Amino acid sequence: MPEQAHEITLVVNGTVRRAEVPGRRLLSDCLRHDLGLTGTHVGCEHGVCGCCTVLLDGEPVRSCLTFAVTVDGREITTVEGLADGDRMSPVQRAFAECHGLQCGFCTPGFLCTVTALLRENPAPTEEEVLEGVSGNLCRCTGYQNILKAVHRAAEIMAEES
Amino acid sequence: MKPPPFDYHAPRSLGEALDVLAEAGEEGKVLAGGQSLIPLLNMRLAAPAHLVDINRLPGLAAVEAAPDGVRIGALARHAQVERSEPAAVAQPLLRQALRLVAHPVIRNRGTVVGSLVHADPAAELPAVLALLGGSVRLARRGGTRDVPAGEFFTGPLESAAAPGELAVSALFPALPPRSGTAFREVARRHGDYALAGVAALVGLDEDLRVTTARVACVSAGPVPAVADVAGACGHRPPASADWAGAAEAVRARAEPEDDIHATAAYRRHLIGVLAERALRDAAREALNA
Ligand SMILES: Cc1cc2nc3c(=O)[nH]c(=O)nc-3n(C[C@H](O)[C@H](O)[C@H](O)COP(=O)(O)OP(=O)(O)OC[C@H]3O[C@@H](n4cnc5c(N)ncnc54)[C@H](O)[C@@H]3O)c2cc1C
Ligand code: FES
Ligand code: FES
Repeated sequence: MPEQAHEITLVVNGTVRRAEVPGRRLLSDCLRHDLGLTGTHVGCEHGVCGCCTVLLDGEPVRSCLTFAVTVDGREITTVEGLADGDRMSPVQRAFAECHGLQCGFCTPGFLCTVTALLRENPAPTEEEVLEGVSGNLCRCTGYQNILKAVHRAAEIMAEES
Repeated sequence: MKPPPFDYHAPRSLGEALDVLAEAGEEGKVLAGGQSLIPLLNMRLAAPAHLVDINRLPGLAAVEAAPDGVRIGALARHAQVERSEPAAVAQPLLRQALRLVAHPVIRNRGTVVGSLVHADPAAELPAVLALLGGSVRLARRGGTRDVPAGEFFTGPLESAAAPGELAVSALFPALPPRSGTAFREVARRHGDYALAGVAALVGLDEDLRVTTARVACVSAGPVPAVADVAGACGHRPPASADWAGAAEAVRARAEPEDDIHATAAYRRHLIGVLAERALRDAAREALNA
């Protein structure tokens, strides 16, 4: 018997997108395969690495631990949706400026996590930044520049507001 | 890997959910936050024929603080409970423990009730429910029952929730007067499951002498066992109570196991150290209460 398909509608980065997916389709795979948005990366599918993190109604969640059908009708922001047209977001600019990335594999997850973190807490302490990004793994940078980038992003956001 | 196929159900009412679960029986699994179940599906360690997604059920996300305690609905996420001020006032151990559960992003989806039903011996919340003597409310087609924590955790990853049953809420009893709580644990990396952890509750009488001293341990046996160490502490003011003796009693009773993360002997050592720290912290909180 073929697997039953479910018709779902997601608002991804402000655009209404429809897809037909089996119940077991992970949100990460739905974004990448069904919707062609390959900015969301997939590392472990255990919830451990954090590179698949996207924003669900503005709140960061693991897209590898969410079924697409569960979030039918809701708003998703992926790394592709962070920039304002051609202009990168403050968080993206800060990561570029501070060398907060090398290979870039972990970067989409960090950018989404940090975007939400600074929205909730525009001037985080050292401790709060550490706690905020503690669920994201990076194999390249050694983290120090990522931490700097978060503080720099907070600065840029304060300057521009 | 990817999850195996299943029939997906998204009931819109509690009645409908209970009907689907009753019909699915042994073949059915509830999906709440998915933060434990989806990894198991991705690793193909679970293959339910029917998945019943409760995320659309109305009225299950409440966190209600009342004089008897905090009642937490099945769809209340860890993060939501952690933020709740009334919950923190009624029972501070909830927030103390939730800050140690995984990472903030996982806590945005994972549910408190899901964590109880999942019954991982390394998880914080089952130990909290056991320590406080709370209960879980289970609904099935045609009935509801409240199961006390002491009977709810039946083995590693096994709870009293039977096929066809849905845990609709859990009650975490309120902190009694002149009492304090603390949660101490050691994990290899921040946000990991703890190698060992101890939740403690200390209560004082009107002369500010220790009358209650209980702990529940994490990663120290198949189910969260509660140890009453009031006798070992002595009926004395916190400053002169025998916390080291109490911790030794806890250590002696723990039944940790070896695994790739730590030896049983190391875990047992940690439990002794953490028990003393948690009891002292809880006593300090009680004096400040
Ligand atoms: C990277 C990572 C790290 C983690 N670290 C920790 C940690 O340090 N400490 C910790 O305690 N937890 C940790 N967790 C687990 C997390 O707390 C989960 O959220 C929790 O264990 C399960 O809650 P859930 O809502 O996600 O349940 P689900 O994954 O949806 O379900 C888990 C199980 O419970 C059953 N179930 C869930 N809700 C109900 C219900 N209402 N009625 C009947 N059955 C139900 C499901 O059928 C399933 O068997 C971690 C998870 C990840 C991914
Ligand atoms: S791919 Fe989702 S957390 Fe690693
Ligand atoms: S930049 Fe390579 S993993 Fe982080």
